[in-house]
Amino acid sequence: MENKTFQLADKQFSSRLFTGTGKFSSAKIMEEALLASGSELVTVALKRVTIGHKEDELLQHLSHAQFNLMPNTSGVRTAKEAVFAAQLAREALMTNWVKLEIHPDPRYLMPDPIETLAAAEELVRLGFVVLPYIHADPVLCKRLEQVGVAAVMPLGSTIGSNRGLKTKDFLEIIIQQSKVPVIVDAGIGAPSHAAAAMEMGADAVLVNTAIAVSEDPVQMATAFRLAVQAGRLAYEARLGRVLSHSEQTSPMTQFLDDEF
Amino acid sequence: MMSFKTVFEKFSWEATKAGILSKTAADVEQALQKEQPDLEDFKALVSPQASFFLEAMAKRSHYLTRKRFGNIQQLYVPLYLSNECQNICTYCGFSFSNDIKRKTLSDEEILTEARAIKTLGFDHVLLVTGESGRHVGLGYLKNAMVLLRPFFSRISIEVQPLEQQEYAELQALGLNAVLVYQETYHKEKYSLHHPKGKKSNFFYRLDTPDRLGKAFLHKIGLGVLLGLEDWRTDSFFTALHLDYLQKTYWQTSYSISFPRLRPAQGVYLPQGSVTDKDLVQLICAYRIFNPELELSLSTRESEKFRNHSLRLGITSMSAGSKTNPGGYAAESDSLEQFEISDNRSPAQVAEMMRENGYEPVWKDWELFK
Repeated sequence: MENKTFQLADKQFSSRLFTGTGKFSSAKIMEEALLASGSELVTVALKRVTIGHKEDELLQHLSHAQFNLMPNTSGVRTAKEAVFAAQLAREALMTNWVKLEIHPDPRYLMPDPIETLAAAEELVRLGFVVLPYIHADPVLCKRLEQVGVAAVMPLGSTIGSNRGLKTKDFLEIIIQQSKVPVIVDAGIGAPSHAAAAMEMGADAVLVNTAIAVSEDPVQMATAFRLAVQAGRLAYEARLGRVLSHSEQTSPMTQFLDDEF
Repeated sequence: MMSFKTVFEKFSWEATKAGILSKTAADVEQALQKEQPDLEDFKALVSPQASFFLEAMAKRSHYLTRKRFGNIQQLYVPLYLSNECQNICTYCGFSFSNDIKRKTLSDEEILTEARAIKTLGFDHVLLVTGESGRHVGLGYLKNAMVLLRPFFSRISIEVQPLEQQEYAELQALGLNAVLVYQETYHKEKYSLHHPKGKKSNFFYRLDTPDRLGKAFLHKIGLGVLLGLEDWRTDSFFTALHLDYLQKTYWQTSYSISFPRLRPAQGVYLPQGSVTDKDLVQLICAYRIFNPELELSLSTRESEKFRNHSLRLGITSMSAGSKTNPGGYAAESDSLEQFEISDNRSPAQVAEMMRENGYEPVWKDWELFK
């Protein structure tokens, strides 16, 4: 069964699995894994790309029609640097899409909400399609929505941790309230996590470490492709309510059926 | 103003050393199981007892490194600008008291070296000088930054300690990281090994990372000269320093290097050598203590050791290094700071990385301003 396509800014996607390009043992394995994932949106760290160099190895392996490249601003620490990086990326990769990442804390790479909001506002003003990586903060999501971002990318848990949806309660609120697509980014360590995010109603997920660092990145990418599809289909089919105990049919009102 | 000196002075060398030596096998096991090891766990990991857990430490280190850094290794190259030095360091070939031919690269020579390095594939260059404010002061360094910026997206330095404002000026020109090794945290031994010159001021050097943190540098590199004093105790103080810096300057990245004393002209080798086994233990201890830390290994180490170190926690390596000013092209016969042990070309080192399942990364930075 085919998943329906979904619209994000000016593009249509048939895959709801977005992918990253870091941590792979070679550009060739990255390419094979991303092809197997079915991903149509691939994020690239601008700092890894040799700007103005036509034979950049990373970019060569990403030159497939189905891959839309989304540069990210990884490495910046302030809104000012992020805006500069996005402009550099727009020129280098010829796209106005940008994954806005401002995580000045090198230990856990926690996104800085204050700098991110400021940068998002400026980048939208400059005509960018902005997808900000943020903590699972429902209020911040609404504020970002107000300044005109194309989607929000709240984290499931810390980047690269593979710990799954530790922020589940807040992701649910974000999904419930959001008028822009919600893409769960970071912390998704297993296909089951990805499926859970999709079942919850996330519009897409972004996965990198779990694929890149697995023993068999190509097979793991396939597993994520299937899990994301399964999770989305389940969401669209509307999951049954989860009950904490078995319920009698109607213990309180059954007496109404009695003969008086 | 608060600096590391305040923290440092609360610790005694001897008590710290005794604490490390008293760690038991149970302490090591606990450190290996913890999600967030602390400084006491670090003591256990560098203790003599931990050497019996080397394989378990190596496995944990490998797991943590791969999870955080993935299957990549960073490559950089040192560019020696000058061997002028006004310090006397008992272990160093550039020491003021050594009667060697001194050399400081001219503009033209810097450019010649840059072109040669660029053809080897590098994008990250570490500028190294002796410590001579007279020959390689702020003005010289700023000029070098301006000359080299068009060639490299990432520039780091390992030069004499500077003032906060001077670091800020260099950063404005594109400086990314500063490496400043304390050499040893043993204050009295430090004085013995650094009898003359500005470097003899222990606390000025000790508080240099604070000045770097305040100048908002992207990365600060720490380390001690392994073999100068007891490596376990010295490494604990390095970890203590790191812990303080990470909490104080939380927007800065950190890197640890492992310079082991090597033969140099006119230099004696102190007691207490650090064995390969010790070094493996130390690399693993840092990784288990701090999964995010960059761990860097230079060409001081042998081919064999470097090949294996990739899987033990190392994430960054120099390759094809020349430790003499002009060594790549401009003047290949000037005096080197220390002997290189791994003489492979950068391409050969990159190939070794690939054979071991790692992608060599030459470029991983862009100046965003």
